[in-house]
Amino acid sequence: MSMRNTLLALILGLLAHPVLALDAAAVAKLAHGDSDEKIEAINALVAAGDERAAPLLQALADGELFLAGKRVLIVRGDESTDALTGEKVSPTPTGLEDVVANNRIRREIGAAVAGLKLSSPRREARLAAAKELAGGADEAMLPRVKQALAGEKDAEIRALLELTSATIELDSSDKALRLEAIRTLGASSNPSIKTLLLPLVARDKAGQYAEPDSELREEAQKSLRAIGGRLAWGERAGLLFAGVSLGSILLLAALGLAITYGLMGVINLAHGELIMIGAYSTYVVQNLFRAYAPEAFDWYLVFALPPAFAASALVGMALERSVIRWLYGRPLETLLATWGISLVLIQAVRTLFGAQNVQVENPAWMSGGIEVLGNVVLPWSRIVIIGFAAAVVAGIWLLLTRTRLGLFVRGVTQNRAMASCVGVPTARVDMLAFGLGAGVAGLAGCALSQIGNVGPDLGQAYIVDSFMVVVLGGVGQLAGTVYAALGLGLVNKMIESWSGAVIAKIAVLVFIVVFIQKRPQGMFALRGRAVEA
Amino acid sequence: MGPIASSISRPYGCRGWIVLGAFAFVLFVVFPLANLVLPATSPFHVSAYWVTLIGKIMCYAIVALAIDLVWGYAGILSLGHGLFFALGGYAMGMYLMRQIGRDGQYRAELPDFMVFLDWKELPWHWWMSDQFWWAALLMVAVPGLLAFVFGYFAFRSRVKGVYFSIITQALTFAAMLLFFRNETGFGGNNGFTDFKRILGIPITTDETRIALFAITGAALLGTLLLGRWLVTSKFGRVLAAIRDAEARVMFCGYNTVHYKLFVWTLSAVLCGIAGALYVPQVGIINPSEMSPANSIEIAIWVAVGGRGTLAGAILGAGLVNGAKSVLTQVLPEYWLFVLGALFILVTLFMPRGVLGLLSRKRAA
Repeated sequence: MSMRNTLLALILGLLAHPVLALDAAAVAKLAHGDSDEKIEAINALVAAGDERAAPLLQALADGELFLAGKRVLIVRGDESTDALTGEKVSPTPTGLEDVVANNRIRREIGAAVAGLKLSSPRREARLAAAKELAGGADEAMLPRVKQALAGEKDAEIRALLELTSATIELDSSDKALRLEAIRTLGASSNPSIKTLLLPLVARDKAGQYAEPDSELREEAQKSLRAIGGRLAWGERAGLLFAGVSLGSILLLAALGLAITYGLMGVINLAHGELIMIGAYSTYVVQNLFRAYAPEAFDWYLVFALPPAFAASALVGMALERSVIRWLYGRPLETLLATWGISLVLIQAVRTLFGAQNVQVENPAWMSGGIEVLGNVVLPWSRIVIIGFAAAVVAGIWLLLTRTRLGLFVRGVTQNRAMASCVGVPTARVDMLAFGLGAGVAGLAGCALSQIGNVGPDLGQAYIVDSFMVVVLGGVGQLAGTVYAALGLGLVNKMIESWSGAVIAKIAVLVFIVVFIQKRPQGMFALRGRAVEA
Repeated sequence: MGPIASSISRPYGCRGWIVLGAFAFVLFVVFPLANLVLPATSPFHVSAYWVTLIGKIMCYAIVALAIDLVWGYAGILSLGHGLFFALGGYAMGMYLMRQIGRDGQYRAELPDFMVFLDWKELPWHWWMSDQFWWAALLMVAVPGLLAFVFGYFAFRSRVKGVYFSIITQALTFAAMLLFFRNETGFGGNNGFTDFKRILGIPITTDETRIALFAITGAALLGTLLLGRWLVTSKFGRVLAAIRDAEARVMFCGYNTVHYKLFVWTLSAVLCGIAGALYVPQVGIINPSEMSPANSIEIAIWVAVGGRGTLAGAILGAGLVNGAKSVLTQVLPEYWLFVLGALFILVTLFMPRGVLGLLSRKRAA
């Protein structure tokens, strides 16, 4: 083991040896030579790949490089250093002769410094360098880019480097190299590569191909088709994901309503505000974590779930006891009273937290995403919310079908009088069921705080959509709500992909209005005796 | 059964006509005189602010009457009447925009927002918009037609109760999103404003203002009388019967769809007229008039006054909007609390509104 390590160290040492000091010949050429020789020297320094050459080149570009006899000095203000060895030289010698760089050399240096930074250990530096190179690099940079590409792990930087190297190769004068580049590019699924290949098959106004070589053109055509096909799949997958993601958001927003409206028949227009309360509880928990446990900040979201549920559930139960229970059986009055409640809640939150949106940060594990194809990234926040929505649905389903409370809720829903006769405390069940619906709205608020603005008007944005989902899915049906939410999400995103967001929304609303005319009982109507309850 | 039999034959009793007459006298004589003839220093002078405010509230009162007709008498709660109001307003707004002529910011023939969007000609739906008679037709026909088509399908498939309320809400929400877009050709977010003339007469002078005020007052009185006539006629009795037991009315051989559709369309047309009167007085129309929140607020005006009593709708619109214009100036942050509390308290404790309370007092 130790021998192998020694060997490895030896090899690394040997490899590192030539870059211990900067190439003296190149530096001399840089300082003394004419423009062409200077560019040659720059390329040599870049090819050597020593990051220490970067300050030297930068100094040349900035006009801080001077000659003192044979020595080459970088003079920055009062300090001067020897360009070759990096030693401090003081005092600065007199009779300095400056090394001039024209615009052509400055351009070269820009790319060259970026090339050197590609081997920096810091990701940000490499990313910045890759971005700079993608803007334009010449053939001399190619080996450097290839070398960096071989060692690069980061996907974003890799994509940029691939693009750069392909751009350089495409402009090469060697036909074989160009063909090879086009073929390699065909395996990519990066949309910007497509734009790179397009000029090869473009025609000018007279109908003449911009690219005279037909072999190249055909190859480019083939690669373009391959990329196009892959991109189309990516788009489809992305669309599907966006649809499911929107569906899961609608589902979360509507689930609480499916209980309060769907099962209990209470039109609760303050439902959106219960979601808002959940979001604000999340905000409060976040602030507590930031103040008292910054080291566990990443997990605040998990700890925010119970308070969000509890806060909304308590408000919901208080509403049920104080206002809503007096209005059972009078849906239109319930609608107006709960609208009033929503106004009061909005204003209360405005008074407490201010009218501005508050900042709710994503925990670190929710940022970023999985890159599935070149043009599709699935953000973690969305994936987490889809999973969360599924978990909440499962939880509610278990609660309604496997617990005593669920049994009571279903009993009261189906036949209140009979349930009461056999000893079900209907008033208590009403309160608890309403509390459950409100609590689920609170959970939704906690989740939605991660992907949208949190402000006093948050609930208003969801209330119309939630009602649409419940009404479309059919009252009294949990499964209907799930199908309706996912269906609406997918349809919405699909229309959106060819008509824009607002038109899609309008189309969906009009669709629902028409749909209800046809099937007022929703997609999945209850059958049998439950209908009469 | 005496009162019912007598009320079928005539809309108002003697006292009612006297109150109406006094009301008309104040609207058409006292207000104009106090505004135009009395000097601004006189304590009885009515300023332009008050003329506009009361004119505005009278437009709201017409809307409240329209809602009361469908909600109070036919039991159909619409949460989308703001849409019909705004459509009437937009029809008037288009005409007023054309009346600006070349006096806009860009001195162009087209309305300013179209110049701003770099449009070269008027979109198709602006056809004839420079003719007043066409605008007058649109402000009645567009809300009426939309309501007729929507109502026809909804009532035919027996969508009612809360479902109906929710889809009317969806309808106005969709329309609001549509009107917010610049491409729709209605000025997007900003809507229409900066009006200069109506029928060639400058719109901001005291005389024009008081004329609009009087016309609005006349429209309000006309709506009230029309409504009163309707609900005291046999038609109104059938409507109330539909509200209370639709199935039974159907079994008696009435086609309830026709009755509901008629009153629903009439209600939308009345809203359109109210909107058209509102725009020249307030000087702006934009898509926020169609927001669902606005439409729900209209319902509370009616509920506060007492639904199923046309006078109650006017009273409610006056009380709530009066309180709103005072409170939003004095205590702006408390207005929503007050409005919210109104919604809750009225539904819980005053199911018959202020008029209900008054009549109960009288009975006691």
